[in-house]
This record gives sequence, structure tokens and C-alpha cells, in this order.
Amino acid sequence: MMNGPDEDGRFGEFGGTFVPETLVPACQELEGAFREAWADPEFRNDLDGLLADYAGRPSPVTVCSNLSAQIGVNVLLKREDLNHTGSHKINNVLGQALLAKRMGKTHLVAETGAGQHGVATATAAALFDMECIVYMGEVDISRQELNVFRMKLLGTEVRSAQSGSRTLKDAVNEAMRHWVSVVDSTHYCLGSAMGPHPYPWMVREFHRVIGTEAREQCLKLLDGRLPDVVTACVGGGSNAIGIFSGFSDTATELVGVEPAGGAAVGRGVPGIVHGSLSYLMQDEWGQVLEAESISAGLDYPGVGPEHSYLASTGRASYVAVTDAEVVEAFQLLSRTEGIIPALESAHAIAWVIRAREELAGKTVLVNLSGRGDKDVAQMMDILR
Amino acid sequence: MIGALETALRNRRDSGRKCLVPYITGGLGDDWIEIVRAAAAAGADAIEIGMPFSDPVMDGPTIQLANDQALAAGATPQSILGTLRGADIGVPTVVMTYVNLAFHGGYRRFASNLADAGVSGCILPDIPLEEIEPWAEAADEAGVETVLLAAPTAPDDRLPRICQRSRGFVYGVGLVGITGVRADLADSAKVIAGRLKSVTDKPVLVGVGVGSPKQAVEVSEVSDGVVIGSVVVQRMLDGGGPEGVGDLVAGFRSALDTRFS
Ligand SMILES: Cc1ncc(COP(=O)(O)O)c(C=O)c1O
Repeated sequence: MMNGPDEDGRFGEFGGTFVPETLVPACQELEGAFREAWADPEFRNDLDGLLADYAGRPSPVTVCSNLSAQIGVNVLLKREDLNHTGSHKINNVLGQALLAKRMGKTHLVAETGAGQHGVATATAAALFDMECIVYMGEVDISRQELNVFRMKLLGTEVRSAQSGSRTLKDAVNEAMRHWVSVVDSTHYCLGSAMGPHPYPWMVREFHRVIGTEAREQCLKLLDGRLPDVVTACVGGGSNAIGIFSGFSDTATELVGVEPAGGAAVGRGVPGIVHGSLSYLMQDEWGQVLEAESISAGLDYPGVGPEHSYLASTGRASYVAVTDAEVVEAFQLLSRTEGIIPALESAHAIAWVIRAREELAGKTVLVNLSGRGDKDVAQMMDILR
Repeated sequence: MIGALETALRNRRDSGRKCLVPYITGGLGDDWIEIVRAAAAAGADAIEIGMPFSDPVMDGPTIQLANDQALAAGATPQSILGTLRGADIGVPTVVMTYVNLAFHGGYRRFASNLADAGVSGCILPDIPLEEIEPWAEAADEAGVETVLLAAPTAPDDRLPRICQRSRGFVYGVGLVGITGVRADLADSAKVIAGRLKSVTDKPVLVGVGVGSPKQAVEVSEVSDGVVIGSVVVQRMLDGGGPEGVGDLVAGFRSALDTRFS
């Protein structure tokens, strides 16, 4: 379980390498470099050191006594919000930047939705002294102003993606177009467990640390038991695949939570965009639909291929919550636990709240993928 | 089996001249099919028909804009193929789109829809060699020629395999990048043409970054001809209509024929 993909970069029927010919050698080079680095104790040691001393890992697991009492479900949070830069994204970015350096690349390019991956990439670029360009949809630039400024402070150039829905999907298009043009010098630091092979696999491996830590922490907290359910929000699916990977070989139920307006698994049919075959929201002709979510980080019509695979085999299930439920959950966690979650992470909380009757008495581990500082201005407008 | 597209291009080459294939965005304006006919009449050897897709990652701003306008005007694969079906164009057509439009209803169905509409070939720039087989088989069965792209970044051992699987012609990508007009022809254009010519007897056309008659002549010193895209689409966006695009294509034709005859 979760050892794939196969040689063709497939998880079952999903995945693959659907990129222009120009990018094929770069994808192959990256795959080889990652395979080799991942097997190299020195690389692993360097990365572990960065994760510990720079990013602040391990992140704790917090028992939410107040929320649990209120909803009748034992809620634990894996605190990725406490990582440096405020989300899980840093795990993947430190891994990819270290790898890019090792491959002799001097430039990074990335896409970002909420700006968390952009900030993490800008951070790594500063740390490793690399040039960095981040593409961000025009709509997201205005709703995540704070993160735009953070990226600039860190020395990164933020470019506005102005085509289509002007959100994450279009930022990915622009980042890929950029990469096609500068592929020799530049590593594409993709921010989720999606895209062409080897990204879905590599990004999962860089986030596996979430699941590995959480499993051990739960065993300790729960006297040798594992949680009944592990849940996480799903945009492209990196924080979810990271935490799922620690529990996939157990009886623990795995639940991914999508936004109602961006439910690739829930509303999608298989399709091919951004490098892989996966569930995708599309119209009757195969044109990709625009997602619509309160959360910039989940505002994406696709999903990483391994999630499509897990959904198709039934190992994980996928549910969708509405923006209104998310706004409720955001406030409830803030008030009961003193933890302001990212709007993305609030999706997972929202599902637990909604499903509290069927979850009554059970122990649920929620991946709190990020903190809500970036969302406070947007929430102020919504709640006013 | 050699199809109508490859036959037309080989005939042009055998006559000692160069192949000219303009790209026209399907569904862009009410008169797009008139523009296709005008381009054919002006001396094109085949016409590439762009079938607009929501996320064209190989395309630069010009073709993106044309895509968006055509989609906003309601262009669909069905409407474009429907228009092509009845049209008497006089030269072979090649549909260029992205893989998801072919995958969505099933490769077989898409391939047979192309064949039913009288389309000779198809180019899907986001399926590389490793992923081509299910599509290429369906296309072969329907008698649709799958044109493969070969990029400057490809190592030497990749090119013969691309050429071997390609039908109609081999599309050399003129530069490391996306579609769009550049001030100068990239050095990589002639290089990829030469590398391809040394491993295949199929017609080798270079496109992407070929935007003027001068650049077309320059790269055709090595290649068997050119594909011209953004420069044509820009003329359409500027309201050039059949006459304007016809003039543009005629300019390329005469520059090529003046140098190579
Ligand atoms: C805090 C947080 N969680 C989750 C996501 C969604 O990404 P993924 O599904 O890859 O975890 C984002 C993306 O921006 C994010 O910022």
C-alpha cells in the first residue's frame, strides 16, 4: 500500500506523464535524481536536519478537549500549522529545493493558490540562494495579499496569472509554460501531489514525514491504539497523502475533504490536465471547469492521481463541505481551542463537525495543514 | 500506409519546393472556415485547425487569446468538426488540440469523429512518446495520421523513435518554449531540423517561433517546410479575415517558392 507508482508513474490507471515533449527529459532527469537522492543517506540526513532545525519538526499532535466535549468526537490535530512558514508546504519545498540544488539548478519556479506554497518556495529560495519566480492567479493575489507581500520580502518575483479563472489552475498553466521555456536552468517546484510523474510520488514521499510522525504520536497518546479516522483537506492532495501514508496499511479509515465547489473526486470524471490522468471537473466536451471555493488553496478542479486511485479502490473516501460550513468550523476551532486554522484546513474540521453523529465516541485525527493568519483579512470581510 | 497528409507533403517536397502549413483557430469568428479556404487557395499544403481547449499549456498569449475568444463564442469539438465536414477545402486538414478533448469521450470515438469530418491528421502536444500508444492505435485504426512533436531538448536516441511513430510528417519544435512570434529565428530551429532529417525520410516541418517569411526561408534551408501559427492567428484577431490571412499565407508561399524551386 502506498509504495507505488509503477514504472510508468501510474497508480492503477491514474497518473502518467502527460507533458509536452520538451519537458520529457526534465521529468526523466528529475525522476532519476529523486530516486538516487532518496536512497542516499546523506541527502536524507541533510533533509532531516533542515526539517528539524529550520522547519521545527516534529510538529506536535494536540488533543482538542474543548472541541471534543462540544461535538462528542475525540479530535486530535496534527499541527502542521506550527511549521516554519505556517503550513505543511515547507516539507515538500525543502525536499525539492535541496534536490534542485543537487541537480545543479539555479532557479525555481512555482505556482501558488493561497500563497502558502509560494511563501515556502520563496523561503527555500532565500535559504539556498536561488532565483525564484512564483505564479499566482490575479484573484488569489487580491485575496491573499499578505502572502504576496511575504514572498516579495523574501526576494521572490510574484507574477500574476491573468488567464481563465485567474486562480490556481491558471497559475499552474503559467508555471508550466514558464518551465517549458527555461527548463535547463530551472526546477519546477510543484506544490502538491499532482502533475506529471515523478511529482505525485516525490511530493508524497516528502510529506510522508507527517504520517510517520503522527502514527507514532497517536500510538503514544492513545495507549497503543491508532485513531479510528484520519482526515485532511484535499486541494491537489499533498497534506492528505502525507498523513494518509502513515496509516494506509492499518484499519484506520481515511477521509479526504474537498470543497463543494472544487470536488474533483466527488464531481469529477477521469481526465488529463497538468501532466496526469486523474479525476477532473470538466464539461461535456472535456473542457476543464473552473473551481469555486472560499479557500484559494483548494480552488482547483483537479486532484493528485493517487487520490483518484485511493478513491477508486475504496481505501479512502472523499466528501465535500460548503463554504458556509467552513466559515463555521473556522470560528469554532478558534473559539474552543485557541487555534485559528487555515481556511483549507478548516474544511477537514467542518466535515468532522457535520459527521459528528456517525463519528460519536470515535477518535479522529485531523491534519491541521496550516494556520489561519493569512485568512484573517478575508474572514473579516466575510463576517462583517 | 501513407495517408493523404503525408502524400500531399511528400508531393510538394518531391517537386523541389517547401511545405507550408498554417494554423487557424477553429471557431474564431464566423468566417473561420472561409479563412481556412483562403489559406488553402493561397498555397498552403495542409491546414492545421486549432480546436480550442481550456488549458493550452503549449500556447503563448496570441493563441491563448484566440482560444478564449472561440470558446466564449461557443466553439466545441462538435461544432468545429461539423463545419469541417461540409467544407471543400482542397488540401488535407490536421486538428491540433490537447489530449483531454480526445480522451474525454474515448480515443476511438474522437478518432472516428475526426475521420468522419474528413480530417486527415491530429496533433496532441501534451502526449509524449511514452503515453502515445493508446491514442495512436485508435488513430491508426480510424485512418487518422498522428503527427508527433520532436523537441530540441530530446536526446539523440529519442528522435528515431519519435520519427518512427509519427505519421503525416514530423513536427520539429523550433525552440525551447511555447508558441508565439519571436524577433529572430532561434538557433535551435535549424538544429532540430537537421537532427530529424538525418534520421527520417518523412517530411520534417518546423513550427513554434516561425513568424515571418524570412524566418520560414531560413529554417527551410534545412527542413522540408514550416508550420506557421501565431502570426496567422494574430492576423485573424486583428480582423484580417479571409483576404488578410490569404495575403499573409501568399507572402510566405512566394518567399519559399522564390528561394526553393
Ligand atoms: C494550509 C493549506 N492546506 C492545504 C492546502 C491544499 O493543498 P494540498 O491539497 O496539496 O494539501 C493548501 C494550499 O495552498 C494550504 O495552504
